[in-house]
Amino acid sequence: MSTSTPLLTQKLAVPSRAALAARETKIAVDGLNFYYGRTQALHDISLNIPSQMVMAFIGPSGCGKTTFLRTLNRMNDVIPGTRVEGSVLIDGQDIYDGGADVVDLRRKVGMVFQKSNPFPKSIFDNVAYGLRINRLTSSKAELEGRVEQALQDAALWTEVKDRLKSSALGLSGGQQQRLCIARALAIRPEVILMDEPASALDPIATSKIEELIVDLKKQYTIVIVTHNMQQAARVSDLTAFFLLGKLIEVSTTEKMFTAPDEKVTEDYITGRFG
Amino acid sequence: MEVHRHLDEELDALRVSVLRLGGEAEAALVRTMRALTERDSVLAREVLDHDDEIDQLEVEVDRQCIEIFALRQPAARDLRFVMAVAKMAPVLERIADHASNIARGALDLNKEPEPKDYSGLRKMGEIASSMLGEALDAFTRNDADAARAVIERDAEINDLYNQIFHELIEMMTEEPATATRNARLLFVAKHLERIGDYVTDLCELTVYVAEAAFIKHSH
Repeated sequence: MSTSTPLLTQKLAVPSRAALAARETKIAVDGLNFYYGRTQALHDISLNIPSQMVMAFIGPSGCGKTTFLRTLNRMNDVIPGTRVEGSVLIDGQDIYDGGADVVDLRRKVGMVFQKSNPFPKSIFDNVAYGLRINRLTSSKAELEGRVEQALQDAALWTEVKDRLKSSALGLSGGQQQRLCIARALAIRPEVILMDEPASALDPIATSKIEELIVDLKKQYTIVIVTHNMQQAARVSDLTAFFLLGKLIEVSTTEKMFTAPDEKVTEDYITGRFG
Repeated sequence: MEVHRHLDEELDALRVSVLRLGGEAEAALVRTMRALTERDSVLAREVLDHDDEIDQLEVEVDRQCIEIFALRQPAARDLRFVMAVAKMAPVLERIADHASNIARGALDLNKEPEPKDYSGLRKMGEIASSMLGEALDAFTRNDADAARAVIERDAEINDLYNQIFHELIEMMTEEPATATRNARLLFVAKHLERIGDYVTDLCELTVYVAEAAFIKHSH
């Protein structure tokens, strides 16, 4: 999808910002409804995520932000009894189209979870895993080059380059999370979805992840779910506020944290919610 | 919600502090104009003696703002409110400084023969203090329209200032012997004119808190 479009395609106004307007839309969501069995978890969500920017999803627990994140690479498909209506276009292609290739989609849209989940393998093998199963490299040297590049991009290389054969489980929590980011980066995705990637980390490890996010947006489109509003303020260009399965407001992060349009957003941002 | 109750209490305490500072600045202005126009040197000295206390109030407002920024990381309307108060405190302190400067002028003027007419300056002082009072009310009520109305009134002070300026210059030309006294009166007029500008700054901040709109330099 190459046209520049407003973030939210209906109902709510969004401030124009030259930098934002110049970005192409990477992900365009229109009229998305999501059901767990008979329970509707997401209601008529429409928003656009621009390319090479960080968008944060915020909102109270159970507001649907993680469910929505997972619709962006069809991670909810694995949950029985779920149903999706509406469209999610990535580069103009509807990922819920009958003919869409889910394996290809997940290669394009990587994911990092709240709890780091390295495989019980060596550091090297963790990062090489996706490259091997997808047969993305043709020689040992190329594989090693891609693994090194991914570890460098995840700001982990200097810390692990002398112990690539050691078990990934021996790394600290923050290193394990960066390893998972390296694993996602190795297959060169275009979008990275992060579900509270730093919620289990100490402030120093958190700040490394945050610096990494800011660095990665030069190449990737990043969507991050976070409960930490200061984190959303620090790392994101755009923020979307969800409540009870509805998208209440989306705007530049700067506007969201200084002058949100909706009272309910203001109440949440200022901690007076509920 | 315990944490947020504390934040609300701190914001209320900050509001009380800044309004106290505003009230003191307003009182200093009213008293200094009385000291001038009623030639009351005792009152002028009281205004000067009280200025240190006003300075301390400004420091206290600063301290509260910094503490809230550091510990509460306010956002949205809270952020705008604390930010605005942090910017209002030095403005209010400067208004009080101008009142002190007028008091110093009054002490000198009261030693000299009484000028013919204080009515122009008295009028300027009345407008300035009523603008300041209305600006503080608008801030308290978070009323952007009222703040805008106060900003409009700055033109009244400016007009009076220009009128007084020309009258005093004319008098200095015609009666050079009165030059020192009239120069002092001119300074008083200038202080009042500046107070009008500072009240305008306060009102712009009220509009920012209420509407998140920056109107500085746009009117």
